[in-house]
Order: sequence, then C-alpha cells, then structure tokens
Amino acid sequence: MSSNTKRSLKGQGSQLADNFYQLKILNDSVKAGKFTGFREKLAEHGLGTLKPTGVDILQVNVGYMCNQVCKHCHVDAGPDRREIMTRETMEHCLEVLRRTHIPTVDLTGGAPEMNPDFRWFVEEIRKTGSKVLVRCNLTIIRANKKYYDLPEFFRDHQIEVVSSLPYYNRRRTDSQRGDGVFDDSIEALKMLNEVGYGQPGTGLILNLVYNPTGAFLPAPQASMEAEFKRNLKEDFGIEFNSLYNITNIPISRFLDYLIASKNYEAYMTKLVNGFNPVAAQGVMCRNTISVGYDGYMYDCDFNQMLGIKVKTAQTHIKDFDLESLTRRDIMLDQHCFGCTAGAGSSCGGEIA
Amino acid sequence: MSETYYDPADLAKFGDIKDFQPDLAKKFFAWYGAVFQEGALTAREKSLIALAVAHAVQCPYCIDAYTSDALEKGCDEAQMMEAVHVSAAIRGGASMVHGVQMMNKAKDLLM
Repeated sequence: MSSNTKRSLKGQGSQLADNFYQLKILNDSVKAGKFTGFREKLAEHGLGTLKPTGVDILQVNVGYMCNQVCKHCHVDAGPDRREIMTRETMEHCLEVLRRTHIPTVDLTGGAPEMNPDFRWFVEEIRKTGSKVLVRCNLTIIRANKKYYDLPEFFRDHQIEVVSSLPYYNRRRTDSQRGDGVFDDSIEALKMLNEVGYGQPGTGLILNLVYNPTGAFLPAPQASMEAEFKRNLKEDFGIEFNSLYNITNIPISRFLDYLIASKNYEAYMTKLVNGFNPVAAQGVMCRNTISVGYDGYMYDCDFNQMLGIKVKTAQTHIKDFDLESLTRRDIMLDQHCFGCTAGAGSSCGGEIA
Repeated sequence: MSETYYDPADLAKFGDIKDFQPDLAKKFFAWYGAVFQEGALTAREKSLIALAVAHAVQCPYCIDAYTSDALEKGCDEAQMMEAVHVSAAIRGGASMVHGVQMMNKAKDLLM
C-alpha cells in the first residue's frame, strides 16, 4: 500500500499530467449525466456566481520541486519538477505587498524551502509587515544538512508553520506520503517543538493538516484534533496548536489514484451529494489570490494546477490591480465540489 | 453475467423503500438519522457499534456503509478490527453460553 513512485505524473509522461485531460474527465461525467455540474448545483441553492470578499491572503507557490512524491498531491510535485519562482517574480509579489498591505502571505510549493531564494523572500516579506505562513512538509527539515536550521529560521521570522501529517500513525502516513515519511515527520515535529513551536506562551504557531488517506471524506475537525493531540502527545511527546482538515480534491495525483483504485465515481458521488451551501459561501477563493511560480494569478492553488487563471484583463502579478481582482467572477469547475462537501474544506481547514 | 442476490448498487437505492410505503419510510429514516447524531455516545462510537453490528447481522450493505463511515469518523484500522472482534466474541459467546443449557440437559439425561 505504500507509495514507491519517485516520479511525478509529468515525469512518467502520464496523460493525467495534462490539465485539459483532467478537466475532460471531470466534465465527461457531467455530460454523461452521472453528476450535477458545480454551477448548476450553486444555482439549485440560489447561489449565483461566486464573488470575492477581498484579498486577505496572497498564496504564493514558489515552485513544484519537492523531496516527497505524495500519492494525493494536487500539484504533482516531486524531485523531478523543475518549475521554480525566480527572484524577479518574487520582487513583483513584494511590490504588491508594499502597495496593498495584504495581511497574510501563504508560501507553498512543492517544498517551498527548496527554492534557493526562499529565505531571502521570507525576510523581504516580513519587512512589508505581512504575516508569513509556510506550508512545510516536515521531512524537508531532515532531508539535508542545509535545512536542519529551518526551525530556528522560522522562529526568528515569526513564521506560522502549517504541516501535513495525514494521520498519527506510520502506516497511514507512509501509505500516502512515502516510506519513512512518518518517522522523519515525527523527528521534524520534535525539532519544531524544541525551538518553541506549538508550545504555550511562545506565540509560535504550528498547525497540522489532516488529509484522508484514501477515497473518503475527512472526519469532523474537532474530534480529529482531539485524537491527534492525544496520540501524538502520548506516543511521541509532540504538541501542536490546531488541526486543519483538508478534503482531497479530485485532480492530478489524487484523481490518478481514484481512477486506478476504481473509486472515482463513488468519491465524486460523495462530494456532490455532500454539497453544503454554507461551505460554498465560505470558500477560500473568495479572500485569496494564488500566484503561480511564473507569476500568473489564480483563484486558488487547485485552479492554478488546472491552468484556470483569474478572470480579469490582466492575469500576471506584475499587473496586480486590487480593484479589478475584487470585482472578478471566481472561476469554477467540477473539482470545486471538493471544497464544498460536508463541513467544507480550505487551506485553513473546515469552513462550515 | 452472473446473478447474485446482492448488488452493491442497491445500497444507494436504500431511500427507494419509500416508494412502497412512504409514511413508514419517512419515520424510519428520521429515526435512523436521529440515532446516529452525537448524543450520550459520540458519532464516532456509534459508527464503531454499527460496524460491529453489521458484522453480527452479516449485512454486506451495512459493512460497506459503516466501513466508509468509520473511516470518515477518523477511526483507525485497529479500532475497526477490534469492533469486529467484539461482534465475533458476542456471537461466539452466544453459542458457548448455551453450552450451559446443553450441560444442564445432559445432566438431566445422564446417570
């Protein structure tokens, strides 16, 4: 059950690396009458086009390179991915932050720390006054000597750390993220705890992310958080602040898994039947702009991976215009059911 | 194509039982939904009980449904298998405890 694949779908030359092919699969099911279309579902609940509430978060994907090849990765990240954000594009992001004072910058990848300009970028963002959140896969801290001091770097810049740990045991974690990932993640969490992350009174926030390790929806966030806290404390002495539940979105490698395991239709049925209009109104694309490694802007990281850019005249970060972005219609497609099912899902966990 | 009494696709048609008797079905589903709400027992505990009972009554639909449900309530594999052992222990115990009845009868009949 463990993942032994060390190459991305793109590296394998898989048809599913093609975003048009992914969208075709998702939309063919609608055409075949198997599922309701996402826009149709919104309309059924009296919700028209989704509009932004503002831009509170600039989520910047600094590159698709990663030391892991997780089975559910919507980015199709891996060691073989070479797409990386240049310092020039980072400068464009910084210019936007100086001008607009977006309160939070959410750094993601791949493993964002593998971008050679990662530390410089963090330092420059902090100078603008924005808070920095980094989506750290944990094992990067243990991957190479040059990353061993990341916990201190995070602490020194008051970075909020958000890390995936799909389960509090080895089998489930390694089955999704690769052999040995659980043990390395535990060691990395201990290192973060040692410098003060997740400890009361330090102000250093360490949040974990729970993704289901298969074709099912997440458990209620509060009960899972209690289970994680109890198990990680009892078994390893590890502490953290909050657990975010994130539903797996049926694109890229998770779509590949769903099709290969013959779970695609049943999973989509769960997502569509689980549509929650309250969650739909709180989706993260309403207050977030996602920036790709090449500087193009998207409504979310999932749209980024599907190549669906923001619906504005100018789509590159160098032409960032807050007014036109807050007036835009958010681009929607079938994968959006992933964020609206059950209690809803966002990069900050449950919505409803 | 081979025919069987059970078809996995029928699980999704559970709600169709209302077609033959709507009033009772409505009451049944309302009660069923209420049973699984958080109460004195958590929804997670109820899911594990349902999984155990599904094995006791050997209902393939229920096993399918409550395996998914237990995972979606955050249960791990060991908890789920322990629930099945509870089911098996009660079933086995139910047979074994009747051994006392057998012994009583045998003692009545034997010299």
